[in-house]
Amino acid sequence: MSKLTWRRGGHTAPVAKPEPVERGASKAEMLGRLRDALADNRPPRAEVDRSYRRERDAGTDLVGRFAERVADYRARVLRADSSDLVETAAALLREAGVRRLVVPPGERLAWLAATGVELVYDDPPLTVTQLDAAEGVATECAVAVAETGTIVLDGGPDQGRRALSLLPDYHLCVVRAEQLVGTVPEAVARLDPYRPQTWISGPSATSDIELDRVEGVHGPRRLHVLLLA
Amino acid sequence: MTSVQPYPRAVEPRPPEPTFLGMPPFPEAARTALSDAQLRANLRKATHTIRARRQAVVDELPDWERLRAAGAAIKDDVLAHLPRYLEQLEASVTAAGGTVHWARDADEANAIVVDIVRAHGVDEVVKIKSMATQEIDLNNALGRAGIAAWETDLAEMIVQLGHDLPSHLLVPAIHKNRREIRDVFVAEMGRVGRPAPAGLTERPADLAEAARLHLREKFLSAKVAISGGNFAVAETGTVCVVESEGNGRMCLTLPDVLVTVLGIEKLVPRWEDLEVFLQLLPRSSTGERMNPYTSMWTGVTDGDGPRHFHLVLLDNGRSDVLADPVGRQALRCIRCSACLNVCPVYERVGGHAYGSVYPGPIGAILTPQLRGLNQHDVDAQTASLPYASTLCGACFEACPVLIDIPQILTRQRAQLTDLGRGPAHHAEKAAMRAVDWAFGQPWRLGLAQHAASFSRHVVGRKGRIGKVPRLLGGPLGRWTAARDAPAPPSESFRSWHKRTAGGLEEP
Repeated sequence: MSKLTWRRGGHTAPVAKPEPVERGASKAEMLGRLRDALADNRPPRAEVDRSYRRERDAGTDLVGRFAERVADYRARVLRADSSDLVETAAALLREAGVRRLVVPPGERLAWLAATGVELVYDDPPLTVTQLDAAEGVATECAVAVAETGTIVLDGGPDQGRRALSLLPDYHLCVVRAEQLVGTVPEAVARLDPYRPQTWISGPSATSDIELDRVEGVHGPRRLHVLLLA
Repeated sequence: MTSVQPYPRAVEPRPPEPTFLGMPPFPEAARTALSDAQLRANLRKATHTIRARRQAVVDELPDWERLRAAGAAIKDDVLAHLPRYLEQLEASVTAAGGTVHWARDADEANAIVVDIVRAHGVDEVVKIKSMATQEIDLNNALGRAGIAAWETDLAEMIVQLGHDLPSHLLVPAIHKNRREIRDVFVAEMGRVGRPAPAGLTERPADLAEAARLHLREKFLSAKVAISGGNFAVAETGTVCVVESEGNGRMCLTLPDVLVTVLGIEKLVPRWEDLEVFLQLLPRSSTGERMNPYTSMWTGVTDGDGPRHFHLVLLDNGRSDVLADPVGRQALRCIRCSACLNVCPVYERVGGHAYGSVYPGPIGAILTPQLRGLNQHDVDAQTASLPYASTLCGACFEACPVLIDIPQILTRQRAQLTDLGRGPAHHAEKAAMRAVDWAFGQPWRLGLAQHAASFSRHVVGRKGRIGKVPRLLGGPLGRWTAARDAPAPPSESFRSWHKRTAGGLEEP
């Protein structure tokens, strides 16, 4: 696969790592045990049959399917085109009662200022306490999956670091038509494994109490998707 | 609004968390569980709900069976070349700025984690729900080292605050209802941090809100987080955690240090392999097309997430499992819990009766293997697990990676019989000896049937023989302790045939 040639940018400078005890012996012993376990009866080589669907069925209405599947998670979806984009975003933000929005550094989401909300850029980076106190955040996404209603953020310039879309209680995500794919395999093929990713399918939820679904535990309790198509 | 506030930390005094050590064998534990009407009602509702959801989203995918086959084949490839993939993973994680540790057993893994936490000079950590860290009893190891470990998954928090044990892989507090959960929050939250809001109701949304407030304070101040991992990609060094609530994202993103404890079977070879498992897991597990949050990271990234990443590769019995050509299928498991939700035995007795962090059908095959059944004799509790099944096969049908659980169960029963360790083996042996004797000569069979018909007058009241008192019953008592036996008919086939000339003279 060509993916092997991908290289992540921006390695962290080497840091002092705790080196508690020399544990090289454990590695050698574990590998030795595993080789012994396989020595006499290694399973026959199995080819992975990838005849499952890797691409969407022809004729799938990507935009419609995505909107329907996001809504299934009880997230709010509105469609807009370039003519009513600002108006639609303003409607969503009014509905959410949000007047100040955190946005990633850069100009991609600067147009949101036209909705009348105050934009707070994560530049220089906000503290976690500031983010925790923020009313909401707006980002774009790297890829969106129609079949599962999933939005994938990968830390690109229009998305920012992971904490941005996590701490504020409201997340507005702008999805553009060219970011839409049909299936999970199509999304995996588009994504760069060396970037930190967050796959988001609806607002945070739990079913831990008697299997009753509750939207909103630790992540944003409200997710609005503005579908630009 | 939350901010970092000086709530009580209450690291001490904090009782050690209970463990599964010393649990009675399955039949005994099951009997206790069966008499708990609340537990049975909770379990029935929960398992049936998830079962229906799972079926609906599985039926949606026309290629489900091909995905299952691919999932099984990928995992078999991992197992067949595990040493090579592990070294590849170590190299890719290291190249991406992480540190890899190798742990032969639970003690070694715990020592590694304790050392890392101490090296960063903190005495509390936040945790993401992880079967591997439960398996090695990490929280108690940290506790002994003076480090408080806070579970942040809602259900795990309910279990931890209630000084309780988890009973399901996915919804560990499935045995508790909303009233019980409210009582635990009201009584316990204030002792270890931000108290439950005054007048807390038992509405799930209010309970979730209480958890959000209680934990937010811990997330914002934690320096070290500990997680498990659902998948790790050997080729790239990417680790993947699948969750619902966002507590995982908090732990993976906010603290400065992240320690991930990963069972060595969690590998996948290639990045593209995730396209299979990210379809199989959520649909099998919570019955959703996709779980709310999936996080993936490769080493460390400047300006985003932890600055230090440690990956602890855990063996703890897995290499022994790998040595068994049949039993090794259990290492394909992706911990989805679909087998629990379809199991008629689990539905009735719940998770605690299995005496292990791995309950249900997968627990019944995995726990005995991790405890060395393939290598040597095991304790009575472990030996009882392969019998905690009716062999109905529903688990095999539901398993997203095609683990033939009934096949492994029968193999383990054979291994136990060879060791002389079948739980009912005295009764069974006595019965088999009796059958052997009766079938030895025709006249003996006639005599035996005559005796059986006669016994009907003694014990067979409602057409069934219930539990025979152990004192009187001997082997029969042990057999009937777990099952009703039909009372023998009033007349045997042989005597009926003789009396009516094969039905010709039937009155």
